[in-house]
Amino acid sequence: MSQDVLVVAEHGQGKFDDITFEMLGAGKALAAQTGGACVVALIGGSDLASQLGAADKVVTVDGEGLENFNPESHSAALAAIVESTSPRVVMIGYTSMGMDLASALSVKADMALAASCLEVQAGDTVTAVSQLYGGKLNVKTDLGAGPCVVSMLAGSSPADAGKGDGAPATETVAAPATDGKVRFVRLIEPEAGDVDITAQDILVAIGRGIGTKDDIEVAEELAEELDAAIAASRPIVDSGWLPKNRQVGKSGVKVTPKVYIALGISGAPEHIEGMKGAATIIAINTDKNAPIFNVAHYGMVEDLFDVCEELTEELQDR
Amino acid sequence: MNTVVLLKRVPDLVEDLEVDSSGTALDSEHLKLTLNEFDDHALEQALLLKEGGGGEVTAVALDSEDVDKMLFTALAKGADRALKITGTGAVNGTSELAEVFAQALGSVNYDLVLTGVQASDDIDGQLAPTVAAKLSVPCIEVITGVEAGDGSVTVHKEYAGGVLAEFEMTLPGVLGIQAAAQSPRYAPVSKVRQIQDSATLDEVAGAGGDNGKFSIVVMTPPETGEGAQMLESVEELIAVLDSKGVI
Repeated sequence: MSQDVLVVAEHGQGKFDDITFEMLGAGKALAAQTGGACVVALIGGSDLASQLGAADKVVTVDGEGLENFNPESHSAALAAIVESTSPRVVMIGYTSMGMDLASALSVKADMALAASCLEVQAGDTVTAVSQLYGGKLNVKTDLGAGPCVVSMLAGSSPADAGKGDGAPATETVAAPATDGKVRFVRLIEPEAGDVDITAQDILVAIGRGIGTKDDIEVAEELAEELDAAIAASRPIVDSGWLPKNRQVGKSGVKVTPKVYIALGISGAPEHIEGMKGAATIIAINTDKNAPIFNVAHYGMVEDLFDVCEELTEELQDR
Repeated sequence: MNTVVLLKRVPDLVEDLEVDSSGTALDSEHLKLTLNEFDDHALEQALLLKEGGGGEVTAVALDSEDVDKMLFTALAKGADRALKITGTGAVNGTSELAEVFAQALGSVNYDLVLTGVQASDDIDGQLAPTVAAKLSVPCIEVITGVEAGDGSVTVHKEYAGGVLAEFEMTLPGVLGIQAAAQSPRYAPVSKVRQIQDSATLDEVAGAGGDNGKFSIVVMTPPETGEGAQMLESVEELIAVLDSKGVI
């Protein structure tokens, strides 16, 4: 085992996702603690390597079948890079792609794993802080001396620290053969909806606390008075109550309105990832311990229906 | 196509979570458990596949408090068989749980294994890819659509921003379900009671557990920093909106 930190780059449609630079920044800080190098694993997209100037080294696997993410072939490619570089810590995004890679690597390479991580430290052992239980508890784990895998929450480190204009050495590892049991077919872009919630000044966002589909009307009336658009957390969209283009968060969109009013949203990390960039966040929730109050600028521990109705009436009277 | 659904009970996040005096575990006295919501979607997706193309659905869960009711509810919703894994005691994390499930699946005839994409207590990774790696079968996480084919499934995997990737996966294999094609169905209490009187749960002795490779140092509520400025009335809320220039 080396003392290196291996950061698994994530990219799609010809560009890196922010998480790549966030992890590269965090990986450099961790490598300073281990005394090793910060190495990037770049699977497919080897033409993007020049953007990884902050890395000490880039190891690529490329070839047919790696143009688009494929859980099977990318897992096999990552295993080959890990075998070749023998890192102490492998950093993978806690993302849709990363979920396919991290657990598989952990089992196949017999490495400890901490998921949903906010931070990682290395001394004699590697410790990680995971954000769990819907954001209600942080759990610090000891992963032993290593090697180990950590999957990092998006937004847990600034992306700027992972950007640089160096020219890291590049190494290529041959693409391993796979059984071809998972085959990429195509990408499907979301249908453009009636409203682009990323372009709104004010969003009234509803979560599970709204209760039933019919009750969305209460939030819609408030939104109308505020000249705002309606957004939602994942459970609302999964229930089919609002279209996908209204979903804020990890599997929805990131929004940065002037004002974000969160109604009955508990504030799971997946949701907060999508809205913490709002200039002003106002949260209304009956649970005073809801994690949403940790990111909100203003909060009210009240029934959302009472607040909505009173606020709508007051605005109508103005 | 025969589908197995792995069901897990997790702390109910609607309740307050308390850490016990050791600082490294939840206080079980005040803990209320509930079915992982994504597992409920996995069960729903399995039932939809059965209704669309036949086959059997087997719900599998580890023995724990109230697990019988959860499994009878799965039967009431339309699962053909429920399998309870007994005698394992407490299981430490996803890797150990996946080992127990993987061992138990040795006695089950399946084409497809479905489970929730994640759970709120996934300290050491997600169940679907961990079980798949232990079974040496393919897996895709974050699935929002499944169509059965001949010896394979065609699925939609969700990326950020609502982009979907379509894949074909040769069976047997595992999928981590984000959302079923429709909201999970509801089983009326009367029907669950009726099933409880007429059906039985199959049991298999649990084996496995791989002494998780991590240890918990401490569990703490997140630091809140300044926290939100709490407002006491709608008048105060209006004043905030006014100060932000949006009304």
